[in-house]
Formats: sequence, structure tokens, C-alpha cells
Amino acid sequence: MKGRPQTTDFRLQTTDHRLQTSDFRQTRDYRPQTPALHHSSTPPLHHSTTPPIRTAHPSVLLLLSALLFAPYAHAAERFPPPDFESGYSLPETTTPPPRIANMAVVDVVVLLFTLGLASYLALKRRRRNEILYLSMFSLVYFGFYREGCVCAIGSIQNVSLAMFDGRAVIPLGVLAFFILPLAFTLFFGRTFCAAACPHGALQDLVLVKPVKVPAWLEQGLRLVPYVYLGGAVLLAATGSAFIICQFDPFIGLFRMTGTRNMLLFGGGFLIAGMFIGRPYCRYLCPYGAILGLLSKVSKWHVAITPDECIQCRLCEESCPFAAIHHPTPSESGEARPVGRARLGRLLLLLPVCVILGGWLGARLSGPISLLHPQIDLAEQVFLAETGQLKETDDAVKAFRQTGRPSQELFDEALPMKERYVTWGWFFGAFVGLVAGLKLIQLSLKRTRTDYETDRANCVACARCFEYCPYEHVRRGDIDFVPVEALTKAASEKEPVA
Amino acid sequence: MPNEKKPDPTRREFVSSGARGLGLLTLGSMGGYLSGRSQAEETVWQIDAEKCIRCGKCATECVLEESAVKCVHNFDMCGYCKLCTGYFEPEPNALNTGAENQLCPTGAIKRKFVEDPYFQYSIEESLCVGCAKCIEGCTRFGNGSLFLQVRHDRCVNCNDCSIARSCPSQAIERVPADQPYKLKGKGEG
Repeated sequence: MKGRPQTTDFRLQTTDHRLQTSDFRQTRDYRPQTPALHHSSTPPLHHSTTPPIRTAHPSVLLLLSALLFAPYAHAAERFPPPDFESGYSLPETTTPPPRIANMAVVDVVVLLFTLGLASYLALKRRRRNEILYLSMFSLVYFGFYREGCVCAIGSIQNVSLAMFDGRAVIPLGVLAFFILPLAFTLFFGRTFCAAACPHGALQDLVLVKPVKVPAWLEQGLRLVPYVYLGGAVLLAATGSAFIICQFDPFIGLFRMTGTRNMLLFGGGFLIAGMFIGRPYCRYLCPYGAILGLLSKVSKWHVAITPDECIQCRLCEESCPFAAIHHPTPSESGEARPVGRARLGRLLLLLPVCVILGGWLGARLSGPISLLHPQIDLAEQVFLAETGQLKETDDAVKAFRQTGRPSQELFDEALPMKERYVTWGWFFGAFVGLVAGLKLIQLSLKRTRTDYETDRANCVACARCFEYCPYEHVRRGDIDFVPVEALTKAASEKEPVA
Repeated sequence: MPNEKKPDPTRREFVSSGARGLGLLTLGSMGGYLSGRSQAEETVWQIDAEKCIRCGKCATECVLEESAVKCVHNFDMCGYCKLCTGYFEPEPNALNTGAENQLCPTGAIKRKFVEDPYFQYSIEESLCVGCAKCIEGCTRFGNGSLFLQVRHDRCVNCNDCSIARSCPSQAIERVPADQPYKLKGKGEG
């Protein structure tokens, strides 16, 4: 099999080249010092994919010049694959299949099962330890086995992207992970958080000594999830970044590997979580923000006691997540006109907050837009052309190699950048609205006579149930509730701030 | 103001159930709209070798400690050169497997004599870190038979690939899970 005259000749020539190290020496500086292929902003003349070469062996140069005239010729022609005479057979390139093949169906079934069971346990069985076991299962399955993906929290981004970008598609499994917990929450409260979410399960596990967060700090920090949610939707919908995944605290732990920053972030949350109940859920989780809103109107939410509250104050401090509303003191309270005037002022302040937020958001849209890869690239190419950035910058170099005129890139990026101003307005207005509504909510005094769950923040963990004496009657631990003794003891207790 | 005096459970319940209905309606329509545009088929990340500029970020940006991106070799395209510019340092002392002659920082390329003057180069994947040093040499002077690929026995298929996020040439994209590789030279045209 020696009948390939032309290519064989060529190969002999190049083979000679390969044999002589002295020859090779001339070509030694082939590596990084290649200057930029195109110095000015003029578009490249050809569309060859051949990388630039400065000093090369004549045969290579000859070949390259030949390639320039055949723009679509493949680089493979430099050294044609040899005809082996020794019966050597080419090894195959291995292609291991994806590690986790289509698990979406299993995941959704497991999610449905956990959600259903969690709701049953929280509302009917009312046992903390059973919910704890179920949450451990979720931690093992969704956390360590499925390594934190797919997750309902991150699905917000896929949904946002699919809603606003016509080209994006969303896997059905991810859509189910977004919708199912929300639908369950509309009926049963945040039972997803109680036992189906691995993040919540992990934080529940490390909580050893809950301390009370001061009320002003608690209320302030509770705004953060909404800001995070708004930012995540903005960045996902515009195709800029998936920040929820990027700043997921526990995914590194689930995978047992990760970058240092990820592990530090996750470790920080775990250490904080030993003393502050579920810090991620309360002060960051964007999905929790949506769940909280829906939970407010849930049909059958857990109650501390399904029976009559006798105000024994035993459950008063049982919630590590500050999700129990205390009865409003009967004697205190301001005059009605004072409260009404304040509410009026706050209602007037609301549009101011919205407009101010929107304006600030629009201001911020410039830097935010740089998170979009295309806009960032356009920015870098522009900087390179105005001499503020070296042409050897990786992104600029890569762009030059594509042979696209930079004006085309700019024309593409500019309208995108302008869209960010609109998004900035929306995002800022949303944050302003949330802040304004929070102020209004704080100023409204709702009269409560009993200890009630704070529906928005209660994660249905079932801790408080065990503190209620009626719960123990229901379980058959005791025969009756000594109401008088308990209320007497309660009235002698120091009031809680 | 008789209405405000007493707590009005029916009004609260009415508002609440109205909001609940609205929520369900929103969820339903969102689900309906999106499921029409969704796909049951999963996708995975892969590198388009034609776009790759061998910057070396694949070795450092992956969320895994040992990157899921590795060098693969398409033997069909390889010239089996004795002096492989993907294997040897620019000025090797000798054309042998001495560590000082090798371009690969981890010695992950195995060089084996086939027949005069051809040598086979294969990747020891457990050693490869995906730094693309060999690929630069091979693409620049050789046939470009070495290239980077996301290895799916390692990739955890993040929602947002952190290498893709920092890739200067935007060479990483989602591909259907049943065709998870973009092998150079194969399946083109």
C-alpha cells in the first residue's frame, strides 16, 4: 500500500523535517510571542481558522500560504495521517456517557412524594422527629446523591430565562421543580422548606444554640431575599449570569469539592447556622421569598395548636426562626389618628421609594450589563481598539480570530445594553416597592389575641407543637391541661421583648 | 367604623382565597406556557474545539477540584509525528520521554513507538488537568488532533457552567445529552 504518490512525497518531506532537531530549532519560538494578528480596527481580510505563525519551517509556511487560499481547508492537512504498514489500528477516542443519565422523572416523583409526605406529617401527624427523618432523606437524596442539582431555588433562573428569552428552553423536570413546591405551599404552607429542601435540612441539622436576632436586624435582613430574587431574575432573564447557582452555599459540600470561595461561603453559613436558625432560608433564599408570599394565603397552614390557645406562653420562644406572632398587648397602643397619619405618610412614601429605586437601578444598569458575555466582549474589544486594553487579551484575541468585524459586535451589543436600562428600572422599582411595603407592614398593628404562626416565615418544622400542652393531650401523654395553673404561671413570667 | 372594630374573618378569608386562586392561575398559566416551550431531553455542556483558544481557564475555573475538562485525542487526524509539537517542549534536549522534554506539566501524554518514523500519543486521562498546553502546540504546528472536551464521566452538569462563564471565546455551550461530545474531525459536514 504505497500508492498515494503526491501525499506520500509530501509526507516524506515533512517527515524529514520531523527527524531533524536542528531544523526544528529554527522554529523554536513558536509559542506565545505572536503579535496580534490585526492591529487596527480594520476587519480581517480572510476567514481562515489558521493561527498566526511568526517563524516557521519553510514547508509549514508553504502549507500555510496554501491554506490561506483555501479558506475552508482543515488544519488536518498539515501532516496527513500515515498509512501504517505494521498492521497498527487506530485507537478509538473514548466518549464516556453523561454521569447522571435522565433522572428527571425519578427526581420529580421523589419530590412529589416528599412534598406530600411532608405536608401530611406537618399538618396531620405533627411530629418533629418524623419531619426530621424525612428532611434527612431529602438531604441525602437531593443533596448528597443528586449533588444539589436539580433544585427548586435555582429553577427560578431557568424559568426566568425561558419566560423572557424566546430561544431558551427549559427542561420539564426543572419546570416541575419550580412549580410543585409553590403549588403545595398555596395549600399547606412552606412544607417544602420543612422536609423537602436539602438546604433547609442541612441548616436544621447544625442548629445547636439558637440566639434571638434583634427585631430591627431581623426585619431588615428579611428584605434581602427579595432583592436577591429581583437580581437573580434580572440576571437570568437577560442571560447574564445564574447568581443563585454561583453563590449556592452548600453545593460544594454536597459535591464534596469546590472552589475555596464556595467552601468558605458554605462553611460560614454552617457556622452561623449553629446559632442563627436557618440563616440562608431566612436572609437570602430567593425561593423562600416567593414561598413566603404564597404561604400567607395558604389554605391549610400549620397552627401551633388546633385547639384553643390558653396563652400559657410555653411556645413563646420555641421558634428558632422568629416565626411566631405574639398576642398584641391589650393596654398599650397609640391613638388611632396617630397611626392613621403615619400610614398616610408611608403610603405617600411608597411611590417615592419606587421611583427612587427605579432611578438608582437604571444608574446601576451599566455595570450590571457587563455581566452579559456579549456586552462584556464588546466592551473589551472597544477598549482594545481605543488602546486601553492590549490586543493580546484572551477575549479580544479570540474575537479577532473569528474574523467578525467589530462594528457588527458593537451594533449587536448596544441595543442589548440599552435593554438593561429598562431592566434596571424594573429591578430598582421592585426593590423600592418591597422596602416601601415593608415599612407599611411594620406600621400596621394587627390585633392578635393568641400565639400564631407567622405564615410567611414559618417553615412548618413542627418544633413549636411540642410546647403546647394540648398537643400532649392529643398524643395521650397527659389526660388534661391544667389551664389555671398554666395561665397563672404565664402571668408571672417576665414579658418578652 | 363598625367594620374595622371587630376582626372580620370572612373578609380575610375572602381576600386570602382570592389571592390563592390568583396564585394558582398564575402558576398554571406559567406552567402551561413554559411546558409548551420546554423539552424533556436533557442537555449537557460541551466545548466547541473550533472556538477554543487554549487559554487554560478550563484547568482552573471548573467547580471540581480536578477539572471535568480533559484533553482528548482524535487519532484519525493525528500525523503520528516523531517530533510532536504537542508533546515536546520547543527546544527538547532529545526526542525521548524525558520529563524535561515534555510540554505536559503532568506527563499525561504517553508516547509509544508504532513503526518508523511514527509514534502514537495517547492521553492518560487521570493525569490530565485540562491546561491545553499540548493543544496549543498541536493546533499551532500540527494537525490539531488534540483538543479539549468536557468529560461526562466527571462533569456534574451545573446549571451555570463556571468555565463557560469565564471562557474568553464563549466556546462552551449546551448540547443534547444523547450527543454529548463534539469530537473534532468527526461528525462534521
